Amino acid sequence: MTMATDVPKDGFRLSMLIYDTRYRSYTIQLVVLVLFALAVAWLLNNTVQNLAARGKEFNFAFLWQRAGYDIGQQLIPYTNDDNHFRALLVGLINTLVVAFFGCIFATILGVVVGVLRLSNNWLVSRLMTVYVEMFRNVPLLLWILLSYVILSETTPQPRDFRVTDEMIAAGEAPKASMMLFDTIAITNRGTNVPAPLFERGLGTLDLGFMTLNLTFWAVVAVIAGSIFVNRRILASARATQEATGVRPVTWWKSLLVLFAPVIVLLVAMGFHLEVPELKGFNFAGGILVAHSFTALLIALTLYTAAFIAEIVRAGIMAISRGQSEAAFALGLRPNRTMSLIILPQALRVIIPPLISQYLNLTKNTSLGIAVSYLDLRGTLGGITLNQTGRELECMLLMMLIYLTISLAISTVMNIYNKSVQLKAR
Amino acid sequence: MSETHSQTVTFVRDSMLPPVMPPAGERGAVKWLRENLFSTPLNIGLTVLGVVVIWWLVTSSLPWWLHSVWHASSLGECRQIVAAEAGEGATGACWAMIRERWHQFIFGHQYPPSDWWRPILAFGLLFAALSPVLFAGQKRNLALVLGGMAVFLLLTLYLAATPTSAFILSMALVAGLLALSQVQPGKLLWFTLIYPALCFWLLWGGTVWLPITAMAGFGVFYLVFRFASPSLGVPVAAGVGIVAAVLWWLYIASPVAGALQGALPFSILQVTSDKFGGFLLAIVIGVSGIAFSLPIGILLALGRQSDMLIVKTLSVGFIEFVRGVPLITLLFTASLLLQYFLPPGTNFDIILRVIILVTFFAAAYLAEVIRGGLAALPRGQYEAADALGLDYWQAQRLIILPQALKVSIPAIVSTFIGLFKDTTLVSFVGLYDPLRGITTIVRADIAWKGIYWEPYIFVGAIFFVICFGMSRYSMYLERKLKTDHR
Repeated sequence: MTMATDVPKDGFRLSMLIYDTRYRSYTIQLVVLVLFALAVAWLLNNTVQNLAARGKEFNFAFLWQRAGYDIGQQLIPYTNDDNHFRALLVGLINTLVVAFFGCIFATILGVVVGVLRLSNNWLVSRLMTVYVEMFRNVPLLLWILLSYVILSETTPQPRDFRVTDEMIAAGEAPKASMMLFDTIAITNRGTNVPAPLFERGLGTLDLGFMTLNLTFWAVVAVIAGSIFVNRRILASARATQEATGVRPVTWWKSLLVLFAPVIVLLVAMGFHLEVPELKGFNFAGGILVAHSFTALLIALTLYTAAFIAEIVRAGIMAISRGQSEAAFALGLRPNRTMSLIILPQALRVIIPPLISQYLNLTKNTSLGIAVSYLDLRGTLGGITLNQTGRELECMLLMMLIYLTISLAISTVMNIYNKSVQLKAR
Repeated sequence: MSETHSQTVTFVRDSMLPPVMPPAGERGAVKWLRENLFSTPLNIGLTVLGVVVIWWLVTSSLPWWLHSVWHASSLGECRQIVAAEAGEGATGACWAMIRERWHQFIFGHQYPPSDWWRPILAFGLLFAALSPVLFAGQKRNLALVLGGMAVFLLLTLYLAATPTSAFILSMALVAGLLALSQVQPGKLLWFTLIYPALCFWLLWGGTVWLPITAMAGFGVFYLVFRFASPSLGVPVAAGVGIVAAVLWWLYIASPVAGALQGALPFSILQVTSDKFGGFLLAIVIGVSGIAFSLPIGILLALGRQSDMLIVKTLSVGFIEFVRGVPLITLLFTASLLLQYFLPPGTNFDIILRVIILVTFFAAAYLAEVIRGGLAALPRGQYEAADALGLDYWQAQRLIILPQALKVSIPAIVSTFIGLFKDTTLVSFVGLYDPLRGITTIVRADIAWKGIYWEPYIFVGAIFFVICFGMSRYSMYLERKLKTDHR
C-alpha cells in the first residue's frame, strides 16, 4: 500500500511534461517560444521575399536625399533643398509643439472644469457636465475637422480688413477688424500674431550639424537660472522657518529674481514686437499661425480636457469627507483646505491616469493629417513615404519615434508620480 | 429654592403653538436659489457667468435651429428659403442635406439600395444576439429589447422595400426568437453563437455555404476534442482539435463550400468591402473589434500576470508596443505593410485587416485595464482558490476573473467607447467612415458646398447616442453586480 506522501518511485516520464505542474510551465513556455520564433521567421522570410520581388532593399540611405517639398510650419530653418532627415526633424518638432501646448492647456482647462463640476452651484455644475459628456462621447476627429472648417470658412478674408479713403469719408467701419488692440488678425488664411524681434540679437552659432539661435537660448538660460535661484531663496526661507518658526518675507525677492534679469536682457537686446499690418491683399509682418495648428490645438485641448476633468473630479471625490471636515475643524478657510489638504492627497490619485491622458494626447496629434498639419506623421509617414516608396523603413522609424516619445513622457511623469506618492517611513 | 422659583412663574403654556412656516428666504424656490446659485459672492459670479454663456449660446443658435429648412435641393436654395422667410441676413439650418443624403451616412454611398434591408436586418438581429449576454435570463428586459427590435425591423424593413420572401422569413425568425426568449431564455445564447456567420452572410452576401462551412470548423474542433480526449487527455486533445480545425479552414472548407454551392446553389447578391461605408462600416468594425478584443485582452492580462517568464515578456512587449504608437500608424501598417509581411501574392480584405489591427489595439488597452482589476483583488482570493484545490483555469474562471472584471467594468466600457470612436480613423486608409469619408463626399458636391454644421451635428449626434448609451449601460451593470454592503 502506498501512502499519499510517498514520492513516486518511477522516474521521469514523458507525460509528466503535460500533467505534472512542476514541468508543465516549461512545456508551455517552450511551445510558446517555438511558435513565436516560427512566426517571426515566417514574417521575416516573407518580408525578404517581398522586398526582393519588388527590387527594394532595406536601408535608411534615402533619409539623406533631397526632400523637395515645403513645410508650412517650421520652427527650425528648413527649405525644400534640405534632406528627408531634416524634414523628419521639422515634423517631429511640430508634433512635440502641439503635444506640449495641448498638455498644458488641457490640464488647466481640465482642472478648472473638474473643480467646477463639483461646485455646489447647480447651474455651473450642470453646464460642465454637458461639456464633459459632449466632448467625451463624440470622436476627436469630428472636433478637429469642425474647428478647422469653422476657422477657415467663417473667418473674414484679408481684404475685409481694408479701410479705404471713401470708407473714412463715409464714416463706415470695415467688415472685419483686428483683435486685442489691433495686434491679432484672424483671416481665412491663418492667424496673424505679433512677432518678437530683437534689434541687437546675439546671432546664431553654427555647430556644423545644427545651428543654434543664441538669442532664444540666452532667454531660456536666463529664465532657467532665475527659477533655480528662486527655488534656492524659497528653500532657505523654509529652512529659516523650520529653525526659528518665523518665515522671512520673500515675495519681493522672488519677484525681483524671476522678472528683473529677463527684462534687463530683453531691453539690452532691443526687444520689440512686430505687429502684422495689412499690405495689399494680405497681412505682412508678424507670424502667420496656420489654421491647421490652431484647429488641432483647440480640438485636442477641448477633447482631452473633458477626460482630465473627469480624472480630477474622481481624484477629489476619492478623498474622504473627514479630511475636509478635519481641516474646517482646524479653522482653515475653504481655499486653504483645498490647496493644503485636498489637492495634495488627490494628486496621488490623479497623476497615474493623467499620465495616460498626456500619452493619448501626444499620440492623437497624429490626427493632424486630417487638416494637413505636417507633423511627424505628415512628413516622414506621409510625403517622404510617398516620394521615396520606402513604406517599411518609414513606418518602422515612425513607430520607433512615437514609441520613444511615449516612453519618455511616461518615464518623466512616473518620476513625478513617485515624488508625490505617500512616502512610507 | 424650587418653590420660590415656581412662584415667580406667572404663565404656563398648556397648549402647543400652531406650527409656523419658515421665513420666506428659507423655503421653496427662494431657498433653493439661495443655496444653489447665490450662496457666496464667488457663486453669484459663477451663476452670472453661466447665465451669460447660456444666453449667448441660445441667442446665437436658436434662430438657426428655428429657421431649419427640410425641403431643398441645394445649399443656395436653402439660403434663399431662409432669406425669404426670416429676412435678409438670417441664418438657418439646412437639414434638407440630411434628408437627401442620410442613406450615404448610414450605408455608405455605394451599398446597393435594393439590398439595404440586409444591413438593417443584421443591425436588428445584433440586439437579439447581444441581449442574452447583456441581460442574462431577465425575461422582462429580454422581452423589451426583442420587442423593440421586432417593431424596429417591421417598420424599417417595410420602408426599405424588402423582398417579400426575405421579409416573411426575417419576421418569422424574429417571432421565433421572441418566443424562445420567453420560454427558454438560456437557449438564446445559441443564436448569439451563430450570429457572426449570419451577420457576415447578410452584409457581404454571396453563397450561404461559405459561412456555414467556416462555422463547421468549430464543429470539427468539438468532434475531434470529444473523441480524442478520453484517450489522449484534455490538453493534447485540445491541441489536436485546434490543428484539425485550422486544417479544415485552410484546405477543406472552401472546396466543400464550392461543392455544396454547386449541388445546392443558394446565394444572395455579393457586396464587396469597398462598397461599405458610413455607420454600417463604423458599427461592423466597432462591434467586431469589441467582441474579439475582450478575450484577447483577458489572455494578455493573464499573460502579463503570469509566472512564466517567456509568456510574460511577450505579453509585456506586445502591450507596451501597441500602447506606445498611435492607432493611425497601426492602420497604415494594415494598409501598407501587411503586403510585406504576408506571403507574396496574398491579398486579403481591407476591412478584415483593419478589424484585426483595431482588435489588437483595443486588446492591449483592455489588458492594462484588466490587469488593474487583477491587481486590485486581495492576495487572499488567489490563495483561497489554491487552497480549494482548483487548477489555474478553474481558479481564473470561477474566482479571479469574475471579480477582476467586475471591478474593471467602467474602464472596460470606456475602452470600448474609445474603440468605437476610433473607427472614424479608418478614413485615413481609404475607407468611407461617416465622419471624414462621407462628409467629404457630401461637402465636395457642388450643391452642398460650404455646408459644415449640419453634417457634423448629424454624425456627432449619432456617435453621442451610441457612446452615451454604452456608458449608461456600464453604470447599470455596475449597480446590478454591486454585491458589497457599502
